[in-house]
Amino acid sequence: MTKIATREAYGRALVELGRQNSQVVVLDADLSKSTMTHYFAREFPERFFNMGIAEQSLMATAAGLALSGKIPFASTFAVFAAGRAYDQVRNGIAYPKVNVKIAATHAGLTVGEDGASHQAVEDVTLMRAIPNMTVIVPADGEETRQAVFAAAAQQGPVYLRLGRPAVPVIYNGDYRFQIGRAHTLRQGKDAAVLACGVMVHEALRAAEELAAAGLDVMVVNMSTIKPLDREAVLAAAATGAVVTAEEHTVIGGLGSAVAEVLATTKPVPMAMIGIRDTFGESGKPDELMAKYGLTAADIVAAVKGLKGWVS
Amino acid sequence: MEKDWQTLTATARQIRRDIVRMVGAAGSGHPGGSLSAVEIVTALYFKVMRLDPERPDWPERDRFVLSKGHAAPVLYAALAERGFFAVDKLDTLRQLGSPLQGHPDRKALPGVEVSTGSLGHGLAVANGMALAGRLDGRDYRVYVLLGDGELEEGMVWEGAMAAAHYRLDNLTAIVDHNHLQIDGRVEEVMSPEPVADKFRAFGWEVQTIDGHDFGQILDALERTREVKGKPTVIIAETIKGKGVSFMENQAGWHGKAPKPEEVEKALAELA
Repeated sequence: MTKIATREAYGRALVELGRQNSQVVVLDADLSKSTMTHYFAREFPERFFNMGIAEQSLMATAAGLALSGKIPFASTFAVFAAGRAYDQVRNGIAYPKVNVKIAATHAGLTVGEDGASHQAVEDVTLMRAIPNMTVIVPADGEETRQAVFAAAAQQGPVYLRLGRPAVPVIYNGDYRFQIGRAHTLRQGKDAAVLACGVMVHEALRAAEELAAAGLDVMVVNMSTIKPLDREAVLAAAATGAVVTAEEHTVIGGLGSAVAEVLATTKPVPMAMIGIRDTFGESGKPDELMAKYGLTAADIVAAVKGLKGWVS
Repeated sequence: MEKDWQTLTATARQIRRDIVRMVGAAGSGHPGGSLSAVEIVTALYFKVMRLDPERPDWPERDRFVLSKGHAAPVLYAALAERGFFAVDKLDTLRQLGSPLQGHPDRKALPGVEVSTGSLGHGLAVANGMALAGRLDGRDYRVYVLLGDGELEEGMVWEGAMAAAHYRLDNLTAIVDHNHLQIDGRVEEVMSPEPVADKFRAFGWEVQTIDGHDFGQILDALERTREVKGKPTVIIAETIKGKGVSFMENQAGWHGKAPKPEEVEKALAELA
């Protein structure tokens, strides 16, 4: 199976974007070899600014560049982008609606061995709650590449959530990503799984297993968390059972966003796959995903549970 | 030059009157730190900066960043008196629907460069503007006004480090050193002293002046143009509440509006 990390796809896409658009600038906070902005730095050194280990300065300087007509991509780990620099993102970027693209890598438990201090499990909640902010969680490399271009083309702040490990390829070049538009990967009538990021692949695996067991399950990639594709959520709800899946706390993330739509329009039985109000810990990504209930098997069990199947 | 000062002095007095009147009318706001910065802001908007009120987004304009965003009244008064908007709009300060928000909102009011209010942001934002100017080969200058209490924010020093690292000689920071913050004397609450030595150690060119003396302010701003390869900070010694006898050097007037009779008394002093 071909795999590529979304951060790797991001780094390559930035170079491609930089060649097409001379207004694109990139900022990092001493993590360019991890966020993969070093590809851009090598090709466009005059348009790359390392701000050192100073995430507040990173975000505010990006705002200043954007206010002067540049299209800045500011990168660091998600835990620092959304946490350490929250006030700079809120008051300095989102409130004044400045054209800064925050590309946050190493999100979620799949950071792995570095442990809880580096595993952002609540960044989507924080970013989604800020007015004017667009939040995108790409499922694979190709979707990341297209999300980078879409983010640059859209005026205003964007939070792009990217991961550390290589993840399976889902899309080829025929796919067309659009901000705010979910993508149905598999039709189904018995239940629907709405997933984002690495959980999209898990959802596809779960759907195959459930098909073998006789359940026809829809799988939707909800890569834009905000603005949420309400029509896609309502279409999923027509199956009568909805499971959300995210590598993130269940408090305030994709599951909450879907529940907000359904609870106020068309309530259906729901289950949420995600992290249960807890921090992560050190371990291999696969071990952590299993321990915290973020696997295809967990999705299978949740769908069966909603359908009243005793497993 | 002397004639300039007379004009600037008259403008400064008018801006002080505007500040007192608008904060009084609003019933809330920050008069003390607005009044201490009047000469600095007046010098920039009426003498030093390259501006066109008809084209607030002119790419070649000089930029002013009010990092101490609570001093919004001095910025609003300067913008209005300079012709960015009608002076009578100042009366709408802090009212529902007014573009004159409690702290500056760039989306609401043309002429406001950066939305500020959360302290410590302005210097790093100004760095970004200065870097963009250099990238684009434009010769505009960026001015950022900081409070002395604001220097307690760690982020200011992230910005100070970056400005020196990137040799931003198109950037000038001005510290409104009025020695008072909400809870009392800056030196007692959390001393940022020695301010000049700190900036010098960070790699900045430092000047210390009387922040109410137009001669010194204009000379200092002129000298910053000659400094190459590093940013300049002007530490302006000022008096909080300057120009209104009962507000001068009183921490209590940091964020309190004068009552109608106090407005009258202040305006009489500023006649």
